[in-house]
Amino acid sequence: MEVGVGLPTTTPGADGTGILEWARRADQGPFASLGVLDRMVYRSVEPFAALSAAAAVTTRARLVTMVVIGPLRNTALLAKQAASLDLLSAGRLTLGLAIGARTDDYRALGVDPDGRGRRLGEQLAELRELWEKGEVGPEPVQPGGPPLLAGGLSGEAFARMARCADGYVHGGGPPRAFAAAAARAWAAWRDLERPGRPELWGQGYFALGDADAGAAYLRDYYAFTGPFASKVAAGNLSSGRAVKDFVRGYEDAGCDHLVLLPTVSDPAQLDRLADVLG
Amino acid sequence: MRIGVLGGGPAGLYFALLAKRADPAHEITVVERNAPDATFGWGVVFSEETLGALRDADHPSYTEISDTFARWSAIDVVYGGRTVRSGGHVFSAIARRRLLEILQRRCRDVGVELAFQREAPDLEPFADRDLVVAADGVNSTARRLLAAQLRPTLDSHRSRFIWFGTDLPLDAFTFVFRTAEHGMFQVHAYPFDADTSTFIVECTEGTWRAAGLDQAGEAESIAFCQDLFAPELDGHKLLSNRSLWISFVTVRCRSWHHGNVVLLGDAAHTAHFTIGSGTKLAMEDAVALAQALQRHPAALEAAFTDYELERQPVVERFQEAARDSATWFENVRRYDGFDPVQFACNLLTRSGRIGHLELTRRDPGFAAAVDRFFAGRPETLVAPPPLFAPLGQRALTLANRVALAAGAEDDATDGHLAGAAAERLAAAAAAGAGVVVSELVAVAPDGRVTPGTPGLWADDHAGPWAEAARQVAAHGSALALRLGHAGRRGATRPRRTGVDRPLPGGGWPLLAASAIAYTPASPVPKAMDAGDLERVAGQFAAAARRAADAGVQVLVCDLAHGYLLGGFLSPLANRRDDELGGSPEGRLRFPLRVVDAVRAAWPDDRPLWAALTVTDWAAGGLEPEEAVAAARALAAHGCDLIQVTAGQTTAVTRPDYGRFHLVGWSDLVRNDAGVPTMAGGGLTTADEVNTVLAAGRADLCLLDPRTYSRA
Repeated sequence: MEVGVGLPTTTPGADGTGILEWARRADQGPFASLGVLDRMVYRSVEPFAALSAAAAVTTRARLVTMVVIGPLRNTALLAKQAASLDLLSAGRLTLGLAIGARTDDYRALGVDPDGRGRRLGEQLAELRELWEKGEVGPEPVQPGGPPLLAGGLSGEAFARMARCADGYVHGGGPPRAFAAAAARAWAAWRDLERPGRPELWGQGYFALGDADAGAAYLRDYYAFTGPFASKVAAGNLSSGRAVKDFVRGYEDAGCDHLVLLPTVSDPAQLDRLADVLG
Repeated sequence: MRIGVLGGGPAGLYFALLAKRADPAHEITVVERNAPDATFGWGVVFSEETLGALRDADHPSYTEISDTFARWSAIDVVYGGRTVRSGGHVFSAIARRRLLEILQRRCRDVGVELAFQREAPDLEPFADRDLVVAADGVNSTARRLLAAQLRPTLDSHRSRFIWFGTDLPLDAFTFVFRTAEHGMFQVHAYPFDADTSTFIVECTEGTWRAAGLDQAGEAESIAFCQDLFAPELDGHKLLSNRSLWISFVTVRCRSWHHGNVVLLGDAAHTAHFTIGSGTKLAMEDAVALAQALQRHPAALEAAFTDYELERQPVVERFQEAARDSATWFENVRRYDGFDPVQFACNLLTRSGRIGHLELTRRDPGFAAAVDRFFAGRPETLVAPPPLFAPLGQRALTLANRVALAAGAEDDATDGHLAGAAAERLAAAAAAGAGVVVSELVAVAPDGRVTPGTPGLWADDHAGPWAEAARQVAAHGSALALRLGHAGRRGATRPRRTGVDRPLPGGGWPLLAASAIAYTPASPVPKAMDAGDLERVAGQFAAAARRAADAGVQVLVCDLAHGYLLGGFLSPLANRRDDELGGSPEGRLRFPLRVVDAVRAAWPDDRPLWAALTVTDWAAGGLEPEEAVAAARALAAHGCDLIQVTAGQTTAVTRPDYGRFHLVGWSDLVRNDAGVPTMAGGGLTTADEVNTVLAAGRADLCLLDPRTYSRA
């Protein structure tokens, strides 16, 4: 299992310099990937802008969206943005897509949230089509376009993933929750007789030595879920032991790529995390 | 802290006791509507795990509770005129009344205030409380008042049950199944002290009405049940405690707390009584909540979060098991005619919590009886586990019950099987599979899924199949060649980058039952005319003949996956207005015609299987009864086994990829239609395979080998 780290694009206090500093240091550290989240109605940095900036100051780490809310975006423009980022990063993009959890993100863009699952399914197929046809350039560096991941927990979401994507991206939770989702991802993949195997991506939140600030951010970020926000905040990994247990749990659950997302913006977190991961 | 507890059942009392013990400064009042000695129900069951939690939480009450326990370790299944006993299960039970007495006394000892016979129609009496614990049961007032925040759902089960006591002392948890004039009745009975047992009688709603029990009063219900179970009661009486026939209600809540109010036990969640966990879960809740409050003495929200994080996953697992268990009892008629040993095994493994391995650990003697029965070798002392029991099919004997699928890599050229594909088949055989199932083999060029799909439409395709069949047999396995026509799912690109991606430029013209494109991007197929039907049936027969000549051991006819024949079966894909559409019989007609043609071309002594879609996982699709009828018809037309599959009739579905998602369907087809089945769907270990086979839910298991190949 590879372990990556998130960029502080949704956490309080990160400015452009801070995000780039974070990306630079993570690329030099032991991290396999840099992940970003996507929210419309929040003080977060737009994922393609953030990863394009990160691409310019990094050379090694994979750049991954965990996830971009696909149906919010026009598919052709999304294809172009992703292809462009793939080109700018010399083929380091992995594009994770899902429908998101909030309807206010849809309302803010005037997009009807009804049928968003079905639209995401079509979008996954169209993205490949657009990259392969090449009319909407640039040509992605990775042949056939960047790897596609799809998320979600419904049966439809798993079928969509196995039908059109290259892997599954989980939305976070304890290793047991990931294991259950991974089993469904495998079942869908076998069911649809896809050759090979699904790439399995997981995520978790951390703030080493700064648990309260991290928890406050998570309660704010997940405020729309009501009492569930406290549960997410309680799952914030705030000690080396908690991170190690989590990483081991995900590895045992068959995760291929785990991305640990920061809940505070201080780049010193990277050194602490690197120390824990050894 | 000033704490109000609504409800003086086991959960409310136990929480009050633990919270007071943890901090004697807490001021705690338990408000209960009934009198101290009023109680409903008879005995409650605990597991060893719960006892451990009770021992650690409050030793004095644990000592008293365990002193009065009835303990036993056997489960008796009375079915088909025989009693099958299995051991090693370890249960404890106590009279509910006795449990309440102990807890009430302990509460008083530590200084909890108990207020009985006081109604609380709302939360007003608790307005001055820092914390309100709602342990007010399945009909919780607090849950109703806070419904907008807690978002409860209540599902009523269809079966009816009635809760009696009896002065019959039992020495085992006892299930009795009795077929009466109006249907099957079952008893769940267990002892809870030296001379009294709980005795619950259950039946389906239809049986309940047919027997006139919907009109029966208390005395008539007792008389009916006493008469029906006279052999088991052996002269003992059923005792009523305002016993009525009721439906079980499963309660779920999105959140268990709001503000300073938190739900406990049945108020927050229920799990069907057939897994006997209500009081156990409620008392474990009480322990978890009391401990969470100790960890976060000044922060209710944090304590509630901890409590829910600890308890909700546990409760969800029990609710899932309870749902499977309740469904099992609703469908128990399906197992009419099972051997009592296999019936007992099926019953014990119904909720997925206990498998073959666990049964073996608990009672090696019982597991050996199961294995002996399965192997058909009653004379042996130790029989191989079910997985290693051979399966006879016509003149063929499969060495074991594991099937492995050789994955499709779309690497054929003009229908010629690739060398690598033949190697995949041989590798699966070498891995120990009793049978190796091939990827789809097309009966015609336009029946291919992708340009790389292998075929058997030309004589020169047969050579590599003959070689593959030889190699597979050399490993002691058999080759099952899956013959089919992709129909409207044809002419797609290789599946590395996704399925159902049409070939650029459209590929070849497609055929289907009706002219409906598979995806919005797929070409519209031609609705088959008489000439097409004739030709395709002939192509199936010709391919079957080539497979036979090549020495292939098993032929699988693909009536699934939304391919050509599967499309005929479903109203979602078949909109024909001729005799091949419309009714279930009409939709089955052409697939049966093809099966007849194949059976005629395929040697009599070799097995013919059908891969069959049993549900479309989509609204307006196949009904379960149609799938059962189709399986029955296929068997009548010479199919020896049904490979149970689901979904893919249409591109957009609502699949269920839950744990062992095809096993329930396989159980339905196998035991309702009486046809041998093969089940797959996330079976990844030998123990899972043994469990499915031993319980009679399938005859062959398609194993997903990822658990073993990763090592």
